[in-house]
Amino acid sequence: MLLTEQEKMREEIRSLAEEYGKDHGSLIPILRAIQKKYYYISSVAMQEIANLLGIHPIEVYSVVTFYSFLSEEPQGKYIFRLCETISCDMLGKDQIARQLENDLGITFGETSDDGMFTLLYTSCLGMCDQGPAMMVNDCIYTKVTAEKVSEIIADCRKACCCCETTAKEVQ
Amino acid sequence: MIETKTNDLTFSTLDKDAGLKAAIGTKPADVIGTISDSALKGRGGAGFPAGFKWKLAAEAESDEKFVICNADEGEPGTFKDRLLLSDFADLVFEGMTIGGFAIGAKSGILYLRAEYTYLLAHLEDVLAKRREENLLGENILGKGFDFDIRIQMGAGAYICGEESALIESLEGQRGEPRNRPPFPVEDGFKHKATIVNNVETLCWAAAVMSKGAKWFKSAGTEQSAGFKLLSISGDIANPGVYEIEFGTKISDILHMAGCECEKGTPCKVKAIQIGGASGICVPAKDIGRKIAFEDIATGGSIIVFGQDRDMLHVAKNFLEFFVEESCGQCTPCREGNVVLLDGVELLEEGKCSMKYLNELVSLGETMKVASKCGLGQTSARAFLSIVKHFKDEIMGREPISV
Ligand SMILES: Cc1cc2nc3c(=O)[nH]c(=O)nc-3n(C[C@H](O)[C@H](O)[C@H](O)COP(=O)(O)O)c2cc1C
Ligand code: SF4
Ligand code: FES
Repeated sequence: MLLTEQEKMREEIRSLAEEYGKDHGSLIPILRAIQKKYYYISSVAMQEIANLLGIHPIEVYSVVTFYSFLSEEPQGKYIFRLCETISCDMLGKDQIARQLENDLGITFGETSDDGMFTLLYTSCLGMCDQGPAMMVNDCIYTKVTAEKVSEIIADCRKACCCCETTAKEVQ
Repeated sequence: MIETKTNDLTFSTLDKDAGLKAAIGTKPADVIGTISDSALKGRGGAGFPAGFKWKLAAEAESDEKFVICNADEGEPGTFKDRLLLSDFADLVFEGMTIGGFAIGAKSGILYLRAEYTYLLAHLEDVLAKRREENLLGENILGKGFDFDIRIQMGAGAYICGEESALIESLEGQRGEPRNRPPFPVEDGFKHKATIVNNVETLCWAAAVMSKGAKWFKSAGTEQSAGFKLLSISGDIANPGVYEIEFGTKISDILHMAGCECEKGTPCKVKAIQIGGASGICVPAKDIGRKIAFEDIATGGSIIVFGQDRDMLHVAKNFLEFFVEESCGQCTPCREGNVVLLDGVELLEEGKCSMKYLNELVSLGETMKVASKCGLGQTSARAFLSIVKHFKDEIMGREPISV
């Protein structure tokens, strides 16, 4: 990261700390905000957060590595999380998984070279009545079919994915 | 909102905030009395009496108290809290407010799992509206009671549904369960007296305040009062959220969700997983058993397996879940689940002796007693019940060719 970019991020962390409070309890909300904006939590970010909250950077690191929605490695702009738990498994998650790998050109656990996509498995999403279920960033897709996979990816490529707050049901 | 199939839900029949109005017209001790009289037990799985939990927190000496709504809903096959949060959010907040009044808390926190971020905007809207209606904030409904609720997001960890891990997470720590005692009612969030209740428990508490303890207690069984929401998925015609009275037979539940055998065709169900990955697997011959704390207790997850499902594959999927989700703090759970999973792989290859299988079973029994928290204490249950009921199917198998 360039120095100016680092400065910008530091500034952002400072204002997040103001917003949430300089308290240990604000750690996860701050980390979530940084993850969302920068697609990972860099060591520079961890250091800055630790300074502001008055805790050791190792503590920040140990929290980042504990939670599956936080990452110390750069992730894609769009994170695909396919549910691998039993109800979705029975509804055909393996086929969806193969199609995702085919269309994204990466395997599970990887991030595409252009930094657009990360492909992950996740535990039950609480959509078991409408599987196979998948998250793309904050957005949930249910009853996913192999055909729908490519449409969802195309939507992301067009950068018009509705991944902010609304759930979208794919029939 | 995401739609699901349901039968008629009691929650749809309640007058908005009738429970809260009834509660704050009386004394906190009366509210606790009513909840205790209703015999409402926790709906999150463990079934701790709600009135007693509230009483302990009310009596605890603490300069500040907290109400936490556990919306971490991570148990595989459970999604009834999702429905409550999306369609009955007012009721959830009403229940939290009643809880706050009862124990003397001024703040409530809804801990929402990261997977449900899509519900956040809606929930914030409902909170804002309740503040406008003076159902939250200062001097609620002019009765001199102050209470507000905020939402804090999880960050992806099943273990954070365990109440002490949830509190750790709220405090900005790894979600590692605490030693208990002390329990949260005495020493919870920020070491203050705290009640942690499941989303559904809080909704029933509001319903009880609205319709009375007698109404609630007259439903269900002697030891399991009232109603329960079930999340039904798997090989069944109409998966969704269904309300039952405690004491309902599994067979009746299957019919409710569209099981064909009612129409005279032979039942296509081989087994039913009750209670999610941490629950037990019940073979079809036992569908006369009942959902109740005294028979089969559950947080509400029902997963149906058809005749052609491979039960070893099911056991494997659950063990993979626990290997992934164990917090790693204690050895029986961290190592035990890995050993069981390796054992399942041996079984898959048709290479597991009866002697080794018996060793695995005894390891599973040890994990139940030696693990620090509920995750490790229950993670072997599905495996053990599948071994018990489906030995013929899982022993000496032809290896699956890859
Ligand atoms: C591993 C584990 C996960 C849990 N997950 C949840 C959960 O997602 N939601 C929940 O309400 N309770 C969960 N519990 C139970 C809680 O620890 C606690 O008993 C419950 O929130 C209390 O609320 P209740 O008395 O209203 O049921 C979990 C327990 C364990 C051991
Ligand atoms: S039983 Fe498992 S989840 Fe619970 S404290 Fe031990 S390692 Fe962590
Ligand atoms: S099993 Fe996939 S959402 Fe629950």
